[in-house]
Amino acid sequence: MATARKAMRLRLAGLESLRAVSTSTVGTLPKRVKIVEVGPRDGLQNEKDIIPTPVKIKLIDMLSEAGLPVIEATSFVSPKWVPQLADAAEVLKGIQRFPGINYPVLTPNLKGFQDAVAAGAKEVAVLGAASELFTKKNINCSLDESFQRSDEVLKAAQARSIPVRGYVSCVLGCPYQGKISPAKVAEVAKKLYSMGCYEISLGDTIGVGTPGVMKDMLSAVMHEVPVTALAVHCHDTYGQALANTLMALQMGVSVVDSSVAGLGGCPYAQGASGNLATEDLLYMLAGLGIHTGVNLQKLLEAGTFISKALNRKTSSKVAQATSKL
Amino acid sequence: MGNMPSAVKHCLSYQQLLREHLWIGDSGAGALDPAQESSQLSGLPEYVKIVEVGPRDGLQNEKVIVPTDIKIEFINKLSQTGLSVIEVTSFVSSRWVPQVAAGATEISVFGAASESFSKKNINCSIKESMEKFEEVVKSARHMGIPARGYVSCALGCPYEGNITPQKVTEVSKRLYSMGCYEISLGDTIGVGTPGSMKRMLENVMKEIPPGALAVHCHDTYGQALANILTALQMGINVVDSAVSGLGGCPYAKGASGNVATEDLIYMLNGLGLNTGVNLYKVMEAGDFICKAVNKTTNSKVAQASFNA
Repeated sequence: MATARKAMRLRLAGLESLRAVSTSTVGTLPKRVKIVEVGPRDGLQNEKDIIPTPVKIKLIDMLSEAGLPVIEATSFVSPKWVPQLADAAEVLKGIQRFPGINYPVLTPNLKGFQDAVAAGAKEVAVLGAASELFTKKNINCSLDESFQRSDEVLKAAQARSIPVRGYVSCVLGCPYQGKISPAKVAEVAKKLYSMGCYEISLGDTIGVGTPGVMKDMLSAVMHEVPVTALAVHCHDTYGQALANTLMALQMGVSVVDSSVAGLGGCPYAQGASGNLATEDLLYMLAGLGIHTGVNLQKLLEAGTFISKALNRKTSSKVAQATSKL
Repeated sequence: MGNMPSAVKHCLSYQQLLREHLWIGDSGAGALDPAQESSQLSGLPEYVKIVEVGPRDGLQNEKVIVPTDIKIEFINKLSQTGLSVIEVTSFVSSRWVPQVAAGATEISVFGAASESFSKKNINCSIKESMEKFEEVVKSARHMGIPARGYVSCALGCPYEGNITPQKVTEVSKRLYSMGCYEISLGDTIGVGTPGSMKRMLENVMKEIPPGALAVHCHDTYGQALANILTALQMGINVVDSAVSGLGGCPYAKGASGNVATEDLIYMLNGLGLNTGVNLYKVMEAGDFICKAVNKTTNSKVAQASFNA
């Protein structure tokens, strides 16, 4: 009882020092949001059943038809690590390249980058994490070593005028280290940005974040990286993705990653859901009058297609609500 | 993100992470280290009252008829979670008040901001419904029983489509002035988004103090928590939800229903807001009722936690 009272006193003391009016947080939202569709990569790589190459290609083509401005097509990594994406080169070569749409691919190291370029990649992405332990367990090296690998990719990419996006995992929590400090996220984001990444995607990898910690993290990062170069990548493991994304929009972020049909599970929580569903994100943005250039109807068709191919129900609530109409 | 190893068995601290993030609401057990608390958003209410509508709004939308003893056990489990309001009442007409008075501590009346919805749902116009409610509310209050007013279709109607904020204000004001102590504004078909939620609340709050308002968001299009966050930012501090996100949507087959209490608590805890509710106990109640009605939970927190 005493501990609870003490905790309450501290909480109230914290509140007294906050004077901002509540409605000011419901600030001006961006007029346009760029949706980065990561379903074919982040989504599919978490699916157990291997999806045939033609199905992947068709999915990406349907997403292009829907008007998504950026579609992350695949990842050039060792098939031992991610068997699902062993057909990366074939997929990249097989998809239709719509004018005005970018098709970045993940290239965590130089070899992956070289393979990607050989397959026709025009944009790539590298990985970082706000957690030393996550980096060790996930890609088997230290954070510094991962920066070195990314740097090699960046230098090679710059030589070919290929833009590079940087991902930061575990920005709101780590499955191994637990809580992650906003300062650490800012440090990693700053490093990737100063190495030459044009955009930094901040990922709540295990979906543990809530709007308050999202705000704190973004405040810290925005001291080091301009908000126009930031994106958020929220997983919906605890149902918080859309609320967290809304908070990010209120902070001025205008690039959001999502996955059609909410594809992908979570390797850290069996049975849990994965990425924020693009359909549900689009529904919110459309309702807010924010321009995205994406056609919801065509997006729903792409979601239906991949859900059928995977033989499972979509994770998008919008798709669930409209499917019988 | 990145390469996906078979990480589950290596996540030694994952259970620790769950404990840190899934706050134990009651005093004593697992008291949180204040230094570790996530910072609060400025301007949010310090306490949020959760109104649990699972036993009423949730179960009545489930196809399976729930046996009374299961219902009772469900409500008993919910009573041990710290939830201060658990709604078990159903639609009341003026004839029923004497019987209800025998055991009820509170009654609810259900209005709508849509003429068509009112006609189809309770077979009378808004004006007629208000006249009936006035009788009920006045009788109840005469017996010392408080009345809560609901306004359906606050952000959209399955028949009329768009609903103006002015209409919501008009109906809410009528219910408030006849004596309802609280008005729960319901996004009945879950079509609302933060923009329409904000506009509607701005309008209603011109006539009714925020302390007398609640939001009741359905998650049909996945917008519920984002809409609730918006309401909190506007000063609302009473939120309706249903454990396990019980209840479907009779207007959209296959769609989900109420926002899940577990997911709401997770967000409120993360925001540092006090609810007095123990999330673990709510999850247990949710697990119980889902097994009883033989369906999978709609709560993402439950999905992520029970299988971890």
